[in-house]
Amino acid sequence: MNLFNAVMVGLKEIWAHKFRSLLTMLGIILGVASLVGMSALVKGMENGMKESLIAIGGLERVRLEENDIPAYQQHLTDQAVGCTMNDVYALEKSAPLIKLITPEMRLRDAMMTKGSKTFSPWVFSGTSPNALEMNQHTVEYGRMFNEIDDEQARNVCVVGTGIRDGLFGAPEQLGYEFNPVGEQVTIKGQPFTIIGMFQRYESEQERKAREYIKEHPPEPGNTNGPSRSKGWGGKRSNNFVFTMKNNTVYIPLNTMWVKFRSTAGSNNIPDARLSSMAVKVADVNSLEQAIQQAHNVLMHTHKGIEDFAFQTQEDWAETIGKAIKNARMSGGIIAAISLLVGGIGIMNIMLASITERIREIGIRKAIGATFLDVFIQILVESVVIAVIGGAAGLLASMGLVNFLQFLSPTENTPVITLNAMAMAFAFSVGIGILAGLFPAFKAAKLDPIQALRYE
Amino acid sequence: MALIEVRNVSKLYHLGGEEIRALDDVSLDIDSGEFISIIGPSGSGKSTLMHILGCLDSPTKGTIKLDDTMIENATAHQLAGIRNRKIGFVFQFFNLLPKLNVLQNVELPMIYSGLPAKQRREHSMEALKLVGLENRSKHRPMQISGGQQQRVAIARALVNNPKIVFADEPTGNLDSHTGEAILELFRKLSTEGRTIALVTHDPEIAAVTPRRIEIRDGKIAKEVDARLAGLDRAGAVIAGGKP
Ligand SMILES: Nc1ncnc2c1ncn2[C@@H]1O[C@H](COP(=O)(O)OP(=O)(O)OP(=O)(O)O)[C@@H](O)[C@H]1O
Ligand SMILES: [Mg+2]
Repeated sequence: MNLFNAVMVGLKEIWAHKFRSLLTMLGIILGVASLVGMSALVKGMENGMKESLIAIGGLERVRLEENDIPAYQQHLTDQAVGCTMNDVYALEKSAPLIKLITPEMRLRDAMMTKGSKTFSPWVFSGTSPNALEMNQHTVEYGRMFNEIDDEQARNVCVVGTGIRDGLFGAPEQLGYEFNPVGEQVTIKGQPFTIIGMFQRYESEQERKAREYIKEHPPEPGNTNGPSRSKGWGGKRSNNFVFTMKNNTVYIPLNTMWVKFRSTAGSNNIPDARLSSMAVKVADVNSLEQAIQQAHNVLMHTHKGIEDFAFQTQEDWAETIGKAIKNARMSGGIIAAISLLVGGIGIMNIMLASITERIREIGIRKAIGATFLDVFIQILVESVVIAVIGGAAGLLASMGLVNFLQFLSPTENTPVITLNAMAMAFAFSVGIGILAGLFPAFKAAKLDPIQALRYE
Repeated sequence: MALIEVRNVSKLYHLGGEEIRALDDVSLDIDSGEFISIIGPSGSGKSTLMHILGCLDSPTKGTIKLDDTMIENATAHQLAGIRNRKIGFVFQFFNLLPKLNVLQNVELPMIYSGLPAKQRREHSMEALKLVGLENRSKHRPMQISGGQQQRVAIARALVNNPKIVFADEPTGNLDSHTGEAILELFRKLSTEGRTIALVTHDPEIAAVTPRRIEIRDGKIAKEVDARLAGLDRAGAVIAGGKP
């Protein structure tokens, strides 16, 4: 009996027991669907996290922060200088492995006002013009402040779209894109001129969702009540990194130092302490050496007191990697178990089926079916069930992933990968083979006479 | 040289310490073209003998040579091939596959001998014509009468052109009229040169064949060969019909 005949016989047998076969396939369908769905979820997670990692400057960006002085240097606390512009100059001069240094002086609880509207940015920071490159910002309207603005401590600021949305209204509310460049705002009582605005940062999925809404505007009757600010940006945003970038206000470092030093709390010391420093290494592969180099330089400027610490994104990337691995593992195990259960279902039904067909097998053997003929017939039947189940499972997984996308339109949208589909399908076929082996063997080695006598 | 040579064949079963001699030192030859009946009371070992002759079962002792092949040297795979090409079986309970139609049932042996579909179809239709059922090819076994089912089984047994056809109580499940028609079919096939072995407990049926082997308690008790009595084949049938 050739394979084509065996497949036809298998299909006929499955068709003859439609409901039973469907129930049997259900195990495989669920297994495949959960495997593909799970991997799509993890893939979505991975994509979202990768986007965030790139948005905050990638692995080559390292933060330098003040840190508690180690115990053995506690007696030197008074001497500790903290991070200052001196560190910036020293690193620029003596740490060639570091290619960009951005000092930062942050102020918490800064309120911005424009007319009757107030808004508090997530990040209000005095920094140097190169913060643009360091933090992967792009100016869409106006310009970034420059060295002259900094030197003269001008009251200028560059804002994110979230700030604009909060103070002037979001495009979704106004119906047009408002350009805030040139507007006067008040920050902590000081008048500032907005000289630039960044582009809107969002994840790939947020962008798609927004474009979709643009193309399919909601019914005008559905917009209830007066326009209002719903917190940051007035829209639900699920990605912390992008939301943070959109709600950022940058002013020149000197402006921060000159205009706000009396209110800068612990920073109110004549040596102009920075709240942090961001450095970018020239090459990610020499991250370790670059940090060591920076460390050596800083130990010098800090008079040997280690009151600073480096914070790399590596830990974060590693944590992400681990979380994804764990998710993949646990999801994979669950899906594998459901596939296994599906396989057991197939084996069960095949055993029942050959018991029902002992007489048929006896007849087939009496008229010349060999061990192999019967073995292949039963095995093929089991594989055909698994293949149909697997294919249906792939269809079901598309439905499942669509449903998941519907549930979470912007955050870590699940992405079906061809890889996962191929793997799930191969897995289901493999399970079909495994599940069929024993019943096929059992049927093939039946003694024809006993099989013929069987009632 | 005989088509089948059986030498000192015994088949023993062990049931709870008791030894059952289903066949006890049986020797016989069957020539090509013979029409033979194996007769005996229930439990005498007829079916056992037929299964062993038909390579469905193997003897405990003794040797069988079929068409110059020593059976005990053959592997299970080879035995399946022998059953497929050299032997045809007709059973008391027809043993058709209920899910296949008449034509597909007849095609079955050729599927295992690997014939292409077109040839399978042709040969099956020929075999069905031989048993007079060419107009029932699309029916399911359940949609035709018992006698017709047995004809389909005979067509299936003939379709691979076997050296010998074994029929175990082929009329046992049919009314006497239908049974006679089936016997007539066997007789006709015999005159066309087929080798046929009928197994029965009914002397009236056995009387149809020129040669009769009587089995009792696993032994050959008596052998009657009408040809040796000086009767030709056709005469034997007529004589057998009126004992
Ligand atoms: N698998 C078996 N195990 C034990 N004993 C068996 C087995 N098969 C057959 N026998 C015994 O062998 C003997 C011959 O059985 P067999 O089926 O050949 O008889 P038979 O002549 O065909 O009878 P019937 O006319 O009723 O079909 C019987 O006594 C039977 O009980
Ligand atoms: Mg019998």
